[in-house]
Formats: sequence, C-alpha cells, structure tokens
Amino acid sequence: MPKDGGIGAATKRREDVRFLTGRGRYTDDINLHNQTYAYFLRSEVAHGRITSLDTAAAEAMPGVVRVFTGKDFEGVGGIPCGWQITDRFGEVMQEPAHPVLAQGKVRHVGDPIAVVVAESLSQARDAAEAIDLDIEELPAAIDMKAALSEGAPKVHDDLKNNLCYDWGFVEDNRDAVDEAIRGAAHVTTLELVNNRLIANPMEPRVAVGDWNPGTDDYTLYTTSQNPHVIRLLMGAFVLGIPEHKLRVVAPDVGGGFGTKIFHYAEEAFCTFAAKQVRRPVKWTSSRSEAFMSDAHGRDHVTKIELALDADNNFVALRSQTHANMGAYLSTFAPSVPTWLHGTLMAGNYKTPLIYVNVKAVFTNTVPVDAYRGAGRPEATFQIERVVDKAARELGVDPVELRRQNFITEFPYATPVAVEYDTGDYHATMDKLLEIIDREGFDARAEDSRSRGKLRGLGIAHYIEACGIAPSNLVGQLGARAGLYESATVRVNATGSISVMTGSHSHGQGHETAFPQVVADMIGIDASQIDIVHGDTANTPMGMGTYGSRSLAVGGSAMVKATQKIIDKAKKIAAHLLEASDSDIELKDGKFSVAGTDKSVAWGDVTLAAYVPHNYPLGEMEPGLEETAFYDPSNFTYPSGAYACEVEVDPETGKVTVLGFVAADDFGNVVNPMIVEGQVQGGVAQGIGQALMEGAAYDENGQLLTGSYMDYAMPRADDVPMFHVDHSSCTPCTHNPLGVKGCGEAGAIGSPPAVVNAVIDALQRGGHTGVTHIDMPLTPSRVWQAING
Amino acid sequence: MTSVTMTVNGKQVSGEVEGRTLLVQFLRESLSLTGTHVGCDTSQCGACVVHVDGQAVKACTMLAGEAEGSEVTTIEGMENADGSMNVMQQAFQDHHGLQCGFCTPGMVMSASALLKDNPKPSETEIREYLDGNICRCTGYHNIIKAILAASGQQVDVVAAE
Repeated sequence: MPKDGGIGAATKRREDVRFLTGRGRYTDDINLHNQTYAYFLRSEVAHGRITSLDTAAAEAMPGVVRVFTGKDFEGVGGIPCGWQITDRFGEVMQEPAHPVLAQGKVRHVGDPIAVVVAESLSQARDAAEAIDLDIEELPAAIDMKAALSEGAPKVHDDLKNNLCYDWGFVEDNRDAVDEAIRGAAHVTTLELVNNRLIANPMEPRVAVGDWNPGTDDYTLYTTSQNPHVIRLLMGAFVLGIPEHKLRVVAPDVGGGFGTKIFHYAEEAFCTFAAKQVRRPVKWTSSRSEAFMSDAHGRDHVTKIELALDADNNFVALRSQTHANMGAYLSTFAPSVPTWLHGTLMAGNYKTPLIYVNVKAVFTNTVPVDAYRGAGRPEATFQIERVVDKAARELGVDPVELRRQNFITEFPYATPVAVEYDTGDYHATMDKLLEIIDREGFDARAEDSRSRGKLRGLGIAHYIEACGIAPSNLVGQLGARAGLYESATVRVNATGSISVMTGSHSHGQGHETAFPQVVADMIGIDASQIDIVHGDTANTPMGMGTYGSRSLAVGGSAMVKATQKIIDKAKKIAAHLLEASDSDIELKDGKFSVAGTDKSVAWGDVTLAAYVPHNYPLGEMEPGLEETAFYDPSNFTYPSGAYACEVEVDPETGKVTVLGFVAADDFGNVVNPMIVEGQVQGGVAQGIGQALMEGAAYDENGQLLTGSYMDYAMPRADDVPMFHVDHSSCTPCTHNPLGVKGCGEAGAIGSPPAVVNAVIDALQRGGHTGVTHIDMPLTPSRVWQAING
Repeated sequence: MTSVTMTVNGKQVSGEVEGRTLLVQFLRESLSLTGTHVGCDTSQCGACVVHVDGQAVKACTMLAGEAEGSEVTTIEGMENADGSMNVMQQAFQDHHGLQCGFCTPGMVMSASALLKDNPKPSETEIREYLDGNICRCTGYHNIIKAILAASGQQVDVVAAE
C-alpha cells in the first residue's frame, strides 16, 4: 500500500491553490519597470517578395520607440534547427535559412516582417498600420505532392527544390519488403491523411526581453517547456550571447503540448530588441497570431500496406508518407516523421519486415513540428487502421487478429531498430475487454437502431517510445542536442529539501509528484520538499519536458541525486552513532544501526552537515547537496488498449462519442490521480483530432482556420466521461523508478479507436462500401461517405 | 481618456481608460488582477470570465467604461472570508479539475454562476453550460466531477471509472 504522500498516493496538487485563487504567475502577468510593447507586422500572403518597406510614417506615430525590420537582423543568426536527417542516399537534408524577420521574401501567412516597439500595445498596433509595405505576391506551394512536382513554386530560391529529405528506413529491408508484399496471401492497402492540427495550449505564447546595461546581462521570460534549450539555441546560434550572460525563465506556463518546445523568432526578437532600445520589450501573442505563428502538428499523407500470410500472420509492412515541414524547419521538425515515427511502425506486432519511406516537403505554410505524441500518433493511426481494415477484409475478429500477431516475448528487438524492454499486450487487451462489455454491444446497437442511429465499437492498441532519449543514440540519428535530464537535491540545515530539476511543469503536476518520490526514498513528509523549475539561473542544465520524459528521465536524475544524498547522510549518521556506514539503515526518516536501538533523526543528520562540530571533516566535506545527470539507456515503451463506442446519425452524419475506455500499461505510477488526468486530456485531444480539428489552407495558402470561430476545439459537450485504467503494469526495466511515461498516450491511442468505431457503425448499418474516412470525421464527411 | 469607477472584489476602484479599453485590460493592467486571463481574441475561450453585477461575463467582450458603477468579482475575490478556498475552488482541487491552470479562473467563475442559477445541475446541463469555456488539458472529465461535487451531488454515478 502506498504511504500517505509517497509513491502511489493520489496526492492532491499543491500548485492548484495558486491557480485556483488567481495567484499563478504566467509570463503575461510579468510586467517590468519601463517596459515597451512589441507588435509584429506579419505577412498576409503565403509567398511573396517584399518590394518596398517604409517605416518612416510609423516611426513618427505617437508612442513609437523604434521600428525594426529584417535590415536590423542582417548580421544576426537565424532560428536554428535541432535535428539533421540523412536521406536514403546518404545526403544530409536541405536546410533553409530561417531569419528572425523576413529578408526580402515572405514564405507563409504570419511570417514576421517588421516589429513596432512602442510605449503601449495599442500605440504599437496603430503604428504598424502606418508601415508602408508592398509585397509582390508569388505563386505558393501548398499541397505537398504538387510542391514536389516539376515546375512547382520554390519555397526557398536557394534550395534545389521543395524536398527537405527522402528518408528510407530500414533501407536495407526495402527490397525484401517489396518481395514479401508481392508474394503475400493477402495485402491490405490504405491511403490516409493524418490531419494538420494546431496545439492550442490555452495560454498564448509570450516573451519579455530584458537587458541590464550595468552588467550586460540578458533575461528572457518566455512560455517555454524547456528554458535551458531556449538559452542554448538562442544564445549560441541566434544572438551570440554566452550562457552566463543569458537567463531564461519559463514561469507558470499554461499548457504546451509540444508547441512550446521550440525556439521562436519572437523570443529572439524581444531579447535582441531589449538591448537596442535599452528597455524591456514585451510581446504577447493574440490567439489570431498564435494560429499563424505557433508550430502546427501532424500533416502526413500516407499509403500503408500490410501483407499477411494464409494463416493471417503479418509478414511485411510498407509505409510511404509525405510529411509537411511548412516554410521553415522548426526546432525538432525533421525528427518527427522519421525517428519518432518510423521506429514505431512495428506497433505491438511481430511483423518481421518493415520499410518506411518519408518525403519531407517544404510548403508555404506555418512550420510543422511536434504536437502531443509527435510521430507516434501518425504511426499508430496507420497501423491500427490498416489492421482493422485487414480484419474486415479477411472476415476475422479485429481483436483476435491483433492478439494473434502480438509480440509476447521481451525484450523484443523490432525490425525498425528499437528494443521493447517489457510489456504485456494481452493483459491490456484483456483489461479493456473486461471493462467494455463487448457481449452487450449487440443489444446496445439494437437500441440505437430503434432510434434510427448506427452504433459502432472501435478498438485500437498502441505502443509509444517515451523517456526521450539516449544521447549517444540520438546523436547518431542526427540530433544536435543531448537528451539527458538533471536534478540538484539541496537538503537544508533543518532537513527540508529543495529539488532543482531541468524538467518543466506546464500542467503535469511535477511540484506534487516529484516530492512524492523523494519523500518515499527518505521517509519524510512530502510537504518538507519543494520543486524548483523553469529558471536557468537556479536549475542545472536540463532538456525540459516533452516526449513523456519528465518522470522517466528527470525523475531518474532526481532519484540518482537523492541516492547520493542518502549515501552521504548515512556516513554522517554512522559518525554520529559511532558505527560503520554499512550498518546504517534509513527508514521513515530515521537512521539506525542495524540490530540495535541506536538511531538518529533525519533532521539531526542534516543539521550536522551544516553545523559540522561533530563531523568527520577529514573524510567528507560539510553540506548536503548533490547533483545528478541521468542519460537513459533506452526509450520506455508504454502501451495500451483503447476502445471507443460511437453513435452515428445517418441523417446528418453527426458522430457522438458515447463511451471511451483506456487500459494502459505505464509501468509504475507515482500519482494515479495525475496519470488519469493526463490520459483523459490526451484522449480528448485525440477525439478532437478524429472528429473535429483540422488546420485548413486554401489553394493560395490562406489559413482558413485562424481562430476559435473556425478551428473546432473540443468543448465540454463534445466528449463523454472517460474510463481510464492503468492496472496493467510491467515496470520499465532500465530506469530506477520502473516508470514509462503517460503524457502522450491518450492522444496516440485514441484517433484510430474513434475512426475504427465510426467505420464499424457504418459497416454494421449496411454501408459496406465505406472502408475509410479521413480525419476529422465531421458530419459533412460522414454524411458524404454514407451517401456516396 | 475617460474616468471609470466600479467596485471590484468589494473595493471601490477608479482609473483612466481609453474608450477602447476592455474590462479585462482594465482588470489586468490597471488593477494588476492578473488572475483573469486572455486566451483568445474572439470571445470563444472563456478564460476571462468574471462576474459583473452577479452575471458571468467574458471580460473581453465588455468595455471598461461599460462597467461604470458595476459590482465586479474576479477569481481573486472568490476565497472565503478567512482566506481559504471556497467550495468550488476546493472541489476543483479535490477532483483534479485543472492541470495548467490557465482556463481555470474562467471555469471557476462560470461554474459558480451556473450553480447560482441551477443549484443541482445534471452532467448534461453542466456540459452545455460550459460551452463558452475551453479547456485543453483535462478533457473536462474532472471539471464535471468538481462541479457536481461542489453542488453537493454524488460524483460516482456519472464517473465512468
């Protein structure tokens, strides 16, 4: 049984009190003395040449401090990309320049051209209207396949064409896969779209740049999931500011979902401009700006083929994808369709031969990068849709077809270069079936039919790779960063503890869950422990929070540092108790000599460390503070079985989600309340992707979904109550907590479950010609599918 | 610039505003009441919901000048007299009805207004009432539970878990 407040306890979140009483401190809540306000003038066309840009009239407007254009950034670095892909032919990807402000050309609606810095935001906005700008509009490359055709408009004049890379994996398997597919008893083919999404954390991005003329120190307050990464990228590659002169603070951050990982032009601008105008510069994104400047997600067009033998065993899988990069390479964009997608194409199945081809394409659209799941939802959606379609074509139960092909022995090396350490896919499927009452489905379907509705049940199983990532491995794969995590555990004299972590919480509840781990290890109350995060000035260099890595990687660093603390504290206790270190036991915050009643309390040991009057000063330094870096030896592999039950109104095409069940295996769980919340939120985003959301461009590159009026976000009445179970548990074998990560699972496993359910409903309703509908399954698309 | 006077969280306040200044700007910028958030610019997200003369209002849809003489309550004014969280705030913590916390003030203000009009709403009524409040983190599940609990209703009967 979990101790109160230790590992396994559903401890209420301590951070909630400030959020519930209006005392959160988000970046837009920060106002610096004498600050100015920045307003970005952005391109209204997808592709064009700037023929004139005159800021004189704007500079004369009331309150204007200065107007910046691309000219001011001629000697400044561009926004860097953090991952370089090598293509099938051994060539490195095409990597265009990404200026902070447009240099002569604009390449997507929203591309920043000029910035007015003024005494107030309204003055800056008014002055931006007085900027005299002429743009010669050029033909735009919007559709990916058209962008690759001969004679297509080039997004970047200095590149050969719009192909960023043509990646093959595993290239050596290509011919064998082709041959296996040619000779297979059955091949199921599916062409599908993984729709372009906009992450839409509820807090828009904000940046406040500050420069101290007395010390030449810069501070950037920003809405980031990884302040150290921003400091490194912006300092080293854009502005040339060494780390010791640059502090990046990401205070309370209102959601991220991936889109706040990346280094953005506005951050570099505010930091740069603060020195130029010798005053703080603040930029707050409007939601309209967010739609055209936050990196988008997904946007894959794929053909997948699954080959089966006469006994319905999977024998080969081939996946060919066009992946949209947008106009520039965002920080981790090239890695998403490749290493975060191709390596997951085995799914939960022992398919022996797999080949994945990805053509990444530049288009005149907003850059595309990681969004919750990042590559893994795209892989899962393909696999779980094609397996479902295969089952239907073969007339077999989709659950049984999955079970027959499940990987059952671990560790398991897939043909796409990863090794699953542990898992039990039958267990999660069993748990799912236990919850969903599949036997009762026919009666429920009959009830729906009696009301003129079609009911369907969709099932999917997923695997993902989390706990990103072994640094030496990702270095070989093209990452320009390490992916370790760090923690400093600072024990104070009276025994309370501050843990400084390189992870960052923007909703995940680290301030509550992380102390549970340390409290458990030492045996003191979690209220004695606080987490410090989000400020490069007081946390060790860490890579931040994404890829469901905080507990698996950051938590492991914290465990390592805490273990060092315990080891040293035992030596101090041994000295105080006049015993040997090896005889000291720590339990419930008390050090005792094994087999005796001699003991000393945690607080007495910590006090001795800082008031070392009776202390082995000849052998040990005083103090009790340790730092650890943890670099994982493998990814973690959470998995789970998801089911969705829907009702379709054939008159309107409207899909109602009646129920959703998630049966996950996250390994060990530190705070089940937080884990369940993560899954519920992820599932809602997945339902959003499946049924409602989609970023749409017209053929000229105008963003049609530029506000919440047009981009359909799930609201409270679009989703049901969820049934979330995580009782299946195969602990991760290679990190000290046995945890796998839970942040992205919901968004990965749910889209195929929802789409499978709708197809099931239509098939059962006699619409047997409908084998696929592309997401989002809006009423219009479903109605059209029903009505041919 | 014009002068406005209103009562905010029980205290009379005055300020000079432009004609175009929104109530939410006045609260955040002039009064430093930064608990009221701005999540969009089309009055869709509900992060800025406050109470004006007892009604839930999106503070981005109202000019500061329009609130002249009104009684305004923001999230900062919702605590009990002893400084503890009120029933709704406590229910959100108890049921994990928030993650990043950004939509939360608006959610709490909307939910509080709902219970004033409808002290025992059903799950469906809650979901329909929250149509103007978007949360991207929670999937709404625990928000629904929190509001049911705050209204003194059983949570288990609707929670599919």
